[in-house]
Amino acid sequence: MAITHNTATDIEVLEKPVDEVLVTGGRTYAEVNEDVSRPLEAFPTAKWWICFCFAITAFGMGATLLLKTFAVGIGVWGLNQPMGWGTDITTFVFWVGIGHAGTLISAILFLFRQKWRTGINRSAEAMTIFAVMTAGMVVLTHTGRAWLAAFWLFPYPNQRQLWVNFRSPLEWDVFAVSTYFTISTIFWYMGLVPDIASVRDRAKNKLRKIALTILSLGWRGSNKNWVHYEQAYLIFAGLSTPLVLSVHSVVSYDFAVSQIPGWHTTIFPPYFVAGAIFSGFAMVVTLLVIMRETFNLKHYITMDHLEKMNKIIMATGMIVGYAYACEFFIAWYSGSPFEQFTFINRAFGPYWWAYWIMVSCNVLIPQLFWIRKFRRSVPVMFVLSLYVNIGMWFERYVIIVTSLHRDFLPSSWGMYQPSWVDWGLFVGFTGFFFTFFLLFVRFLPAIAMGEVKSVMDKPNQGGAHA
Amino acid sequence: MHKSTEPVLSGVVGFFDDADSLIDATVKVRDSSFKYFDCFTPFAVHGLEAAQGLKRSKVPYVTGFCAFSGTGLAFWLQYYACKTSWPHIVGGKPFNSLPAFVPIMFEGSILLGGIATFFAMIYFNRLPNLTKRAFDPAITNNRFAILIENPITNKYVDEHDEDEVRANAFSSEAAESFLKTVGAKEVRKVYEEGWF
Repeated sequence: MAITHNTATDIEVLEKPVDEVLVTGGRTYAEVNEDVSRPLEAFPTAKWWICFCFAITAFGMGATLLLKTFAVGIGVWGLNQPMGWGTDITTFVFWVGIGHAGTLISAILFLFRQKWRTGINRSAEAMTIFAVMTAGMVVLTHTGRAWLAAFWLFPYPNQRQLWVNFRSPLEWDVFAVSTYFTISTIFWYMGLVPDIASVRDRAKNKLRKIALTILSLGWRGSNKNWVHYEQAYLIFAGLSTPLVLSVHSVVSYDFAVSQIPGWHTTIFPPYFVAGAIFSGFAMVVTLLVIMRETFNLKHYITMDHLEKMNKIIMATGMIVGYAYACEFFIAWYSGSPFEQFTFINRAFGPYWWAYWIMVSCNVLIPQLFWIRKFRRSVPVMFVLSLYVNIGMWFERYVIIVTSLHRDFLPSSWGMYQPSWVDWGLFVGFTGFFFTFFLLFVRFLPAIAMGEVKSVMDKPNQGGAHA
Repeated sequence: MHKSTEPVLSGVVGFFDDADSLIDATVKVRDSSFKYFDCFTPFAVHGLEAAQGLKRSKVPYVTGFCAFSGTGLAFWLQYYACKTSWPHIVGGKPFNSLPAFVPIMFEGSILLGGIATFFAMIYFNRLPNLTKRAFDPAITNNRFAILIENPITNKYVDEHDEDEVRANAFSSEAAESFLKTVGAKEVRKVYEEGWF
């Protein structure tokens, strides 16, 4: 953009007070409630039904394929020797990673006093919960006989005193992911309580009112309650911050604590955490761009919000790019022929295409966000966020497949080809995620009304009464 | 219990249109002779707790205690399983493989600390609240309120102790006129009413 062209906006930027405008359009408190509650009180739109039909059809197809998997066994997938892990763990890590943005936004940005988080935290947290649920489904399925998983995942007291192996990172992962899911859900629900009360107080239908009264725990907005509530909220943010960093670190231990070349590296925890934030923010952008259009929430999820998220995507994308480069350097510097072979094979072996899809989507394409016009263009960021989602799925695919398909002895080498059931399940799990997300935007306030109001700059109250 | 007879006066509420005037009025109510009152707001208003003279929440102590219990419990679980219940050599590591136990000890602390935080918040706030109905739908929307409570119906005083009842006698007229003098836009009586 030419400099002369920009003069007017530059002056506006200079004249803008230090406190940025987080809610545009001069909304009043009452209008916040009105705008956020409207989608919950009307019959869903045609757009919503179309999306929902797609999502639930995909989910239904996935459920059918799960039945097939349970009936026949995980042999219907493309797994073989030496490929013990394939798209199952790829998809698991993909969804757990996506689940990181929500807690990052709700907890870490809260501790850093980033007020812009209030417009997006509720839907990002919901995304987290559904992503972790999806990941949980995937990983339970991959145990083969998911109905027995309680015995080998949790330290379940049993007659023969058989315990799980606490020295295994896979067991740490069980605790990390289940703790993450529990804490994220409680945090999310706690944030919802005052907003459910807002929706309750607007409810006309008697049954709806009763249901919302129960869900809102009878919240009345008493300040004696707010004091404890705010304190608890702060503590949750404090607890969730190390938790969110620990979860993907522990997921990375699933690889890093093993002795497979290409996995056994100390860079994995920070590299995985950066990748998780990267993919999570990309998914948040994908979802919010659709949500703000269909539910008319552009005053709350503003272009400034989206631009900030795009900056985070670019920054974390470069951290991930640095990690890719660093892995190669360490493989060379270690002097280990196995490490060197693995990395050269990763980029130029039979799976070279997957590696270069990953590099293009995660490192090269996000560089477009250096340009302000692209950071603030909805079509550009939407397409770009999809690229990042694809790239991050391939990152896990590359890590798993390239390291496993070349075993230590060439006689044990193999190749991996996902079966149609693998792809069908991937689509099915995606449908599972979107089914829940669509139900969320239909039934619960997708913007944290109470929090948005607290960062509004003394709005003109309009009519004093609701 | 009270439906059959005449409604029981729970207090007098005054409404305000913005948080700043609420805080100013709250300071005046705090310094007045009305001992029992509470503010009602659509969102957490910073500085209101000080204006109202509320103490710091005790939730962190519960969190701290339960989080450390979680650490201990997670260690004990792993120690018991690996050393006491069935000592078993895995990967040549000692039975008590403390470094390998750390991740689960960490998760245990967060899990117990988090759950305790939520339930402590619920407990201190006397939620779920079934007995006190929200007295105005605008509270969760765009209005701010001070409720001067009737000490007797809200059970702040022992209703069988005649001296105490006399000392805390509540005059709704006095409360109403006081709320008007501190700037309330609208004042009305609130009667005791449950949710269902």
